Amino acid sequence: MPEEEHKVEYTTVSIPKVLVEKIKNRMKGTGFSSVSSYVTYVLRQVLSSIEEEERTKEAFTKEEEDKVKQRLRDLGYID
Amino acid sequence: MIQPHGGTLINKKLPEIEKQKVLEEINEFEKIQIDSETWKVIKNIAFGVFSPLEGFMNRNDTSHVLEHMYLENNVAWPFPIVLDASEDELQNISIDDNIILTDFSNIPVALLKVEDIYSYDKKEFCNKVYGTLDKNHPGVAKLFNQKEKLVGGEIFLINELPANFPELDLKPIETRVLFKTRRWNKVVAFQTRNPPHLGHEYVQKAGLTFVDGLFINPVMGRKKAGDFLDEIIIETYKELIKSYYPKDRVVLSTFETEMRYAGPKEAVFHAIARKNFGCDHIIIGRDHAGVGDFYGPYDAHKIFENFPDLGIEPLFFRSFSYCTKCNSIVNDKICPHSTDLHKFFSGSKIREILTSGKEPMPDIMRPEVAKVILKYKNPFCE
Repeated sequence: MPEEEHKVEYTTVSIPKVLVEKIKNRMKGTGFSSVSSYVTYVLRQVLSSIEEEERTKEAFTKEEEDKVKQRLRDLGYID
Repeated sequence: MIQPHGGTLINKKLPEIEKQKVLEEINEFEKIQIDSETWKVIKNIAFGVFSPLEGFMNRNDTSHVLEHMYLENNVAWPFPIVLDASEDELQNISIDDNIILTDFSNIPVALLKVEDIYSYDKKEFCNKVYGTLDKNHPGVAKLFNQKEKLVGGEIFLINELPANFPELDLKPIETRVLFKTRRWNKVVAFQTRNPPHLGHEYVQKAGLTFVDGLFINPVMGRKKAGDFLDEIIIETYKELIKSYYPKDRVVLSTFETEMRYAGPKEAVFHAIARKNFGCDHIIIGRDHAGVGDFYGPYDAHKIFENFPDLGIEPLFFRSFSYCTKCNSIVNDKICPHSTDLHKFFSGSKIREILTSGKEPMPDIMRPEVAKVILKYKNPFCE
């Protein structure tokens, strides 16, 4: 695929300076090259976990089923 | 298993990470206080009992439902689910605001994304939902006491209302897993707001005969004076199931919602909620969810003709009685004997006998059930 076809566009998001300092400290010794790349990574992770929660609303996952079964066992509905 | 109404089991519980964020900034939100019955509505929306609703109805859905008994997206829904608010409460609230709904002790209940604020005609509501303007109808009386505006929008549950019977408080995902675990492909629901007499037992067992499991789902919530207390309904059912039902074929679980006494429309609402719990059949008896003589005895049967796409199948039962000649429970279709030989399961007559401190005859009510009721000095709501 030619380079220009998957060029990613960026925009600026404002976050508190105090938070930027915290992120810079957190980044030390990691492979992140900038605060932006760190924040992008964290946001992707957070959104993916929220989307995962939302996806499971249509049909329960095995994990949810096991969790629910435990509660049903505790309540005496199943053995 | 039957699909949830509208195709998706709604989950509007605010994810933990977002909940913490909202709680940190709680003082920055405008707030509206709600009562415990509205909290129950929010809980039911959040856990999918009211799927496909994701919040309180906006003006378009409300008018579609009032006119057609369908949501704007063409999914059946019999009456509006709305949040009322006063002009004062809405003074600093606009469309597109995120606000917090709290209980009376300021516990944050839910985040509401305000999509619509609109006026409504109470008389139109009463006529279209209840078919009457008579304030002796408890639903009409309540509606006339509502505040002047309605607020529509998506909700996100922050805190769940503690259940009065936590061990019986199953969410749709839990009943669905339970039915799957028990290998119940077909489940019949039974809606109730009364302790069981033998007529109830008969229709439940008749329904169960044709399916895999019976889901007894009493309504817990605001009821009219003279109805039985919630704890009596639960205790009597536990006693009946222990003595007379196959344990692996029945589930007793509560449905936390107020009675609206909307008769036929409420029968459809009850069917939709039970469909979301995973039931593909529901028993609809005589004068289902009716009050006084506001509805015809079989109006709640006829209304289902308007909903060929409901998904859940109603099992219609007529009025039952005990025939002293047949020595069994009968209805007018299956018994040739005169009604002079019949003992009717009259709720008011049973109440009268119990109020006098006596047990009804065992061919009307199981002695185990009667004994539970008689333990209470006043078994009725005031």
